[in-house]
Amino acid sequence: MSKAAKTKSVSENSEERRRRIFRNVILILLCIISILPFYMMFVNATRTSNQIKAGVSLIFGANLTENFRNFQDAQAGLGITAVRSMLNSFMVAVPFTVLSVYFSSLTAYGIHTYQFKGKKLAWGFIMGVMMVPTQVFAIGFYQFMIKLGLLDTYWPLILPGITTPTVVFFMKQYLEGALPHEIVEAARIDGCREFRIFNEIVVPLMKPAIATQAIFQFVASWNNLFMPTLIINTTSKKTLTMFVQMLTSESFRTDYGVVFIGLAITILPMFIMYFILSRFIVEGVSLGGVKE
Amino acid sequence: MQDEKSTNTRTSPSQKKKKSVQYNKYGYMFIAPFFIVYLVFSLYPLLNTFYYSTFSIVTRNLRTTTEFTGLGNYISVLGLASGEKAYFLTYLGNTVRIWLFNFVPQILLSLLCAAWLTDNRTRLKLNGFYKIMVYMPNIITAASISLLFCALLSKYGPVMSTLRSWGWIGSAFDVMRSKWATSISISGILLWMWYGNTTLLLIAGMIGISPQLYEAADLDGATGRQKFFKITLPLLKPVLLYVLVTSVIGGLQLYDIPALFNTAGQGGAYMGGPNDTSTTVTMYIMRLHNTDTGRAAAVSVLLFIITLIISLLFFRVFRDNDDAKLKKAERSARKSAGKRGA
Repeated sequence: MSKAAKTKSVSENSEERRRRIFRNVILILLCIISILPFYMMFVNATRTSNQIKAGVSLIFGANLTENFRNFQDAQAGLGITAVRSMLNSFMVAVPFTVLSVYFSSLTAYGIHTYQFKGKKLAWGFIMGVMMVPTQVFAIGFYQFMIKLGLLDTYWPLILPGITTPTVVFFMKQYLEGALPHEIVEAARIDGCREFRIFNEIVVPLMKPAIATQAIFQFVASWNNLFMPTLIINTTSKKTLTMFVQMLTSESFRTDYGVVFIGLAITILPMFIMYFILSRFIVEGVSLGGVKE
Repeated sequence: MQDEKSTNTRTSPSQKKKKSVQYNKYGYMFIAPFFIVYLVFSLYPLLNTFYYSTFSIVTRNLRTTTEFTGLGNYISVLGLASGEKAYFLTYLGNTVRIWLFNFVPQILLSLLCAAWLTDNRTRLKLNGFYKIMVYMPNIITAASISLLFCALLSKYGPVMSTLRSWGWIGSAFDVMRSKWATSISISGILLWMWYGNTTLLLIAGMIGISPQLYEAADLDGATGRQKFFKITLPLLKPVLLYVLVTSVIGGLQLYDIPALFNTAGQGGAYMGGPNDTSTTVTMYIMRLHNTDTGRAAAVSVLLFIITLIISLLFFRVFRDNDDAKLKKAERSARKSAGKRGA
């Protein structure tokens, strides 16, 4: 090999290296920007209000227990605690998620497996309503719930879990790759009833898809602010997001330490859940996108 | 023997068909729950919203008066009646402004990050770690995030105090009292929350592009930039469109962030300060929903119509693009890659 070619490849390598270092620095910076607000929140939760007013610090303070006590005093005036609101959110999000993944799988399986009249129309309908956001029919929904006497209950927040078109769409995509018709045929020959085939053969086959979608549906329900605000009135029934909204009230705004510890408490469960399931979640996001 | 076999083959398909017809009844049973619940809990409320939008339903002092007004509510929220401000248009303007300042930098940043992370020449080792970090803000409760930034950026909050002590901002400057600072802050929060999601979608799209195209371009000595603009970008169009559609429709419903960011002490529920300049359409619906139901319904219907038009428009583009244009883009990418080599 000639010397010229060799030096060229060396210089190219060093250019490549410089480029790689540059990109890595930018990406690490972006990672820091992602975590920084949360880090500042946790730091400020341990500082006194006056320290916080003095400016940014990246070093933890010593005022955590004091802030926590003040926070508990402040939330006593609200009529609901952060923990109670989390339990409420949990009581909404879990049944919502179960309904969403189960009935979406059921719908997707029905459309995937059977040949019936109007099948194309049904699928077209599901695709069509995928883009219709809840907010546009919230007024009619609210009035209807008043008539049904379901206002201020969790049912209006849970039952719509049965109709989540995006999940149906995802499940159908998954079934097309994961469920050969032969399996269904074989089960039928064995004398399996249709609903039993679904519950005992298809659902276990769909476990990976169900798990991914369950996470996203749980998060969506947990983070929802609009619908609970519309439906729930009684303070003791308020969900976590509504509790966060109450943190804007006067009794909290006066003490920054209390605000930050309150926020830290409301964010912590999601934060922990994310870092446990993060790999899984990130994969799920990519999956949802390619299929479109 | 021969006979028996032929009768066998003759009967079995019809038998099979009959059986599968019997099974296919189940299709209706499987999809019934979705459709029944959708009709009751979504479609009926939607029609109801249309219906309510033609009435003036005003509640004052616990007394509700209902009166048919036809298009009266629409006329008043669009500011066509005398003495009525065009609230809908104002809030739609706010919503679009906030969305735009989030989306434009978001798509550029995401494209850059996705291009870097899928570049084979500079294999970046922290690919997985990076994805996890930038996606994180998207999962955390938006209400909490909004209030967190509100606390950080408030006049006597830590960030502003530090900037003041460095002399970067004047002593009177307050994000919450400036229309543009509030608007840009909300856009910034949205950008920070969503660019990770967009990056992941774009990466998935980029991985789907055939590596042979890049290999051919490499052989022809194409630069990274040429490959990006001539191969990646044209072939990424469907994913970009998907990102755009979901972002526009999500953006029009924008609620959580502006509803908490600058609403405390703004004199009235769901007034996005300062002076109502960060109030979005859905905040307006929420403000009106139990005092002026008819008007809230009219606003919802207008929002629905806009959403419908946008999604229909994009679906058309999707359809047209899906096959024909994709192939065309692929061909032109190949051609231009070839041309450069020549």
